[in-house]
Amino acid sequence: MSNTQTKSVFGQGQLSDTDWNEYEPDGGNILEVHHLSKHFSVKTGFFKELPLKAVDDVSFFIRHKETLGLVGESGCGKTTVGRTLMWLYPPTSGEVFFDGERITEKNVRTLRRNMQMVFQDPYSSLNPRMTVEDIIGEPLDVHKMYKDKSERRERVYELMHLVGLNQEHATRYSHEFSGGQRQRIGIARALAINPKFIVCDESVSALDVSIQAQILNMFKDLQDELNLSYLFIAHDILIVTYMSDRIAVMYLGKIVELAETNEINDHPIHPYTESLFSAVPIPDPITARESHRIVLEGDVPSPLHVPSGCAFHTRCPYATEKCSLEEPPFTDRGHEHFVACWNR
Amino acid sequence: MSETILQVKDLRTSFMTDAGEVKAVNGVSFELEKGKVLGIVGESGSGKSVTAYSIMQILQFPGRIIGGEILFKGDNLLEYSRKQMREFRGSSVSIIFQDPMTSLNPVFSIGHQIDEAIRLHTDRRGADIRRRTIELIHLVGINDPERRVRQYPHELSGGMRQRVMIAMALACEPDILIADEPTTALDVTIQAQILELIAELKAKIGMAVIIITHDLGVIADMCDEIIVMYAGSVCERGTTDDIFYSPSHEYTRNLLQSIPKDRKTDERLIPIAGTPIDLLNLPPGCAFAPRCKECMKICLEEHPEEIAISDTHYASCWVNIRKILTEEGAPAGAAVEDRGGETR
Repeated sequence: MSNTQTKSVFGQGQLSDTDWNEYEPDGGNILEVHHLSKHFSVKTGFFKELPLKAVDDVSFFIRHKETLGLVGESGCGKTTVGRTLMWLYPPTSGEVFFDGERITEKNVRTLRRNMQMVFQDPYSSLNPRMTVEDIIGEPLDVHKMYKDKSERRERVYELMHLVGLNQEHATRYSHEFSGGQRQRIGIARALAINPKFIVCDESVSALDVSIQAQILNMFKDLQDELNLSYLFIAHDILIVTYMSDRIAVMYLGKIVELAETNEINDHPIHPYTESLFSAVPIPDPITARESHRIVLEGDVPSPLHVPSGCAFHTRCPYATEKCSLEEPPFTDRGHEHFVACWNR
Repeated sequence: MSETILQVKDLRTSFMTDAGEVKAVNGVSFELEKGKVLGIVGESGSGKSVTAYSIMQILQFPGRIIGGEILFKGDNLLEYSRKQMREFRGSSVSIIFQDPMTSLNPVFSIGHQIDEAIRLHTDRRGADIRRRTIELIHLVGINDPERRVRQYPHELSGGMRQRVMIAMALACEPDILIADEPTTALDVTIQAQILELIAELKAKIGMAVIIITHDLGVIADMCDEIIVMYAGSVCERGTTDDIFYSPSHEYTRNLLQSIPKDRKTDERLIPIAGTPIDLLNLPPGCAFAPRCKECMKICLEEHPEEIAISDTHYASCWVNIRKILTEEGAPAGAAVEDRGGETR
């Protein structure tokens, strides 16, 4: 991305338009991501390897006590963003600042004390051979956060209470619990070391509708109680809308639009956002009858062969020749509404 | 005058497991009219898929239909011989499954698989079969059908595979298409394409459609009539507007409150308390009673009768019965009050 025509992604006047690299974070945001990229290399033949740009030059920030929603179709790189900024995958390029401190290979272990992750599948993300007490207590062991056994147990009970689990269940194994309860265990584990920031990667998509609401409300209550910030990754746009203060939309490894939740919902600028939001079936028959779906032609191109220029131009109804040649810059259209599109 | 094409009367399907009898479908009745879209909605384990499989008689061992009637154009399907049933499946009623990845045979080209359906169910022979296959692939919106027929399932995307499944289901122009979670495995923009396609084909061919899903958005969008299922029984059935705007069963009411709306508001979701029911130990009364906020004594003791609220709208809920009776001020109302009016 060229800096001259790009306005800063980071509002608050901390960063002028031109000097990305001289930028010193002042701790105003819990998390700042600068030009983050993660490329994998994929074997496509015996000697052939192709780069897979799972995340390509992504920048955003998350304020204290804020929830940023990240939506997009499968394969667009949402999960890779979450994992790369936790340093579970070392990034190919780009920088991540946590609470003003740049995350590096060296300090990531100490910084992870403040950032945790809740995973999608409550069935495979818990060790079946560990008791609930050990699952929730393991982060405490790793970060050596207790003096003796009784302190550890007390903390585990406190956490179980926090997420609405009965402390008598501490000696049970994860297979004895329902999906919703297992997700609660996963959340208790994430909360064990008092993190400030949690990445929720499709944390409710495996749950039944009636259970989803329980977990979503719990995320909200915990945010108020413990001053947490979330990166909320999900493919279900209604759930992200409910949870998030701002929403970022990804398409083939790039963020194409980022704005405040109702702003992006009511006035989407990027044609992809527009069709994505219009495709969501609304659980209200009258709205559903009145609304008009913008149905996109074709499928998402393979991330191994990302189209040149704007990656969306192959499916975009407004695409011009320029779109296929040059990549649009990610610019602020006012009120922190960032869009990468030439025509809108 | 509309014509009833399928009538299900008091259908009961059980799975005789080692642990005991699982009453997956426990007295389900409904009617389907020609050219209408019926939605069956419920959580996992509510018996919605088993209802569909019972109609097709493709239950897996140890599942068995133990009672009721399924009338297709007046004939009871449960009295059909195996041979009759074989002819019935595919030609009169077709089904598409949730997972297009596993429903297609990976070692045959898609053309071969659609050909097979046509050969088995119609009188077409020879080159006529392939001509029809190409016509069908074109009908479901796949471009370049001549090339596609020679491709194998792994060469197609998820949305394409689901289109192939639909093409196969339509091979013999069935009177009823059953779609069992047709879009759950797909992304929202592809989901929009598939739903649009089903609606279009319905209008073109004039078949009736049964859509089974847990997504109330899909239901609101597609259906004329809705059945809400919980723990193997029908809680409530009615037109889409009946269910969404005047829900008369506590479960329906709670379900609608527990899903996020299309705009972000400060309103909190109201989750349904507790966990889904264990089908091995169904309570004697209303199956939803243990999770119901309005639960009365009678709810735990006696299964509520299905009461007609209007010509199209039926619900089986004691809370609703009490409401009707108190509104009417009839002496019978007092009887219910006496038997179980006090809340738990």
